Amino acid sequence: MTPTRYAIGFLCAFGLASTAIGGPRETLIDRYAAAAKAADPGFSGFSAARGETLHRTQHNTGKADTPACTSCHGNDALSAGRTRTRKPIEPMALSVSPERYKDAAKVEKWFKRNCDEVLGRECTSLEKGDWLAYMMNQ
Amino acid sequence: MNIPIRSVVAGLLVIGLTAAVLTKARAGGDDYFPPVKDKPTVDECGSCHMAFPPAMLPAASWQRMMVELDDHFGDNASLDPQTAAHVTRYLVDNAADAGGRRYGRKLMKGVPAGASPQRITELPKWVREHDEVSRSEWQHKDVGSKANCPACHVDANDGYFEDD
Ligand code: HEC
Ligand code: HEC
Ligand code: HEC
Repeated sequence: MTPTRYAIGFLCAFGLASTAIGGPRETLIDRYAAAAKAADPGFSGFSAARGETLHRTQHNTGKADTPACTSCHGNDALSAGRTRTRKPIEPMALSVSPERYKDAAKVEKWFKRNCDEVLGRECTSLEKGDWLAYMMNQ
Repeated sequence: MNIPIRSVVAGLLVIGLTAAVLTKARAGGDDYFPPVKDKPTVDECGSCHMAFPPAMLPAASWQRMMVELDDHFGDNASLDPQTAAHVTRYLVDNAADAGGRRYGRKLMKGVPAGASPQRITELPKWVREHDEVSRSEWQHKDVGSKANCPACHVDANDGYFEDD
């Protein structure tokens, strides 16, 4: 083989491998999808619209000063939010914060804290997948 | 143009020296507390509020705080055991009565030895420094909380808490 052929072969293999394995975000979504399917065999995919509802609804079942995800993340996912101590939070929409949702442990840690904060319980895998779909679609 | 090169060099030297002296004076001043430089500590303790300088509380305070993270001022800030151990070590090593003594000593006035206060904003010295701040200033919408130091101290994240 010529060096060019090697290079092409390598690039093809690399391309294939990366689609097959997927990035960390895809792996995380796949994990939530498998769990959602296990919980409900009728599960047919995540919905950004349901994710938006989860994000905007005033749940009022967690802490009094944080009835909704928007209490900290703001009404517009494309702009910054702020915590109760008024520290700014970078926007949640993936298009403006391209570094987000790559670190599964970070995502899980904050779902656990924030769902408890807002809903007074953990989020289901369906809710997590829907919410991520909403943030990744804008 | 005919500016003698020597005077330019001399001028630059003077500027450089002044800057160095000023920086030193600032860094050694009463208002300087070395900022958190440890990445895990910035990540875990700097997302809900600024990462407070470890020299602002004594070691016993950090030790107690780090084992009560599941109820941290009403929030759940708990960490996995490895991260918690790492962060605890960093905070304790640089505490106001340990590695950060040189900077933290002034804030420890009136804090009994061995005490473990949990709020910087309740240290006697902190309260005294802020007794001229009016109620309306605390309630300003961009302040919101006494713990929001950067709202008033714009260089707080670099360790400077001067009155500005
Ligand atoms: C009390 C304030 C607060 C509320 C309410 C809140 N969040 Fe958050 N959230 C934060 C902070 C602070 C961070 C971490 C800062 C950052 O990542 O920029 C964060 C981060 C996250 C992350 C991780 C982002 C990443 O980059 O990995 C997810 C996921 C998340 N929040 C989901 C939610 C959901 C879902 C809700 C509503 C159920 C919610 N949050 C409500 C404050 C809040
Ligand atoms: C989930 C959000 C969250 C995380 C993560 C968090 N904190 Fe806090 N912290 C708070 C809240 C809320 C307060 C109370 C702020 C107020 O009174 O306005 C607070 C207050 C404090 C105070 C007292 C501030 C004062 O009034 O003097 C200290 C010190 C502190 N935190 C240290 C830490 C350390 C160290 C960590 C990392 C191990 C950490 N925090 C992580 C939410 C958080
Ligand atoms: C509402 C605005 C405001 C907030 C919020 C605030 N400060 Fe201050 N701080 C001031 C003012 C004003 C002074 C100067 C008071 C004076 O000189 O009389 C000051 C003085 C200080 C000093 C003494 C500086 C010196 O020159 O010796 C320290 C240290 C300090 N603040 C730390 C903090 C820390 C730490 C926080 C957050 C936990 C904080 N401040 C939050 C307004 C604020």
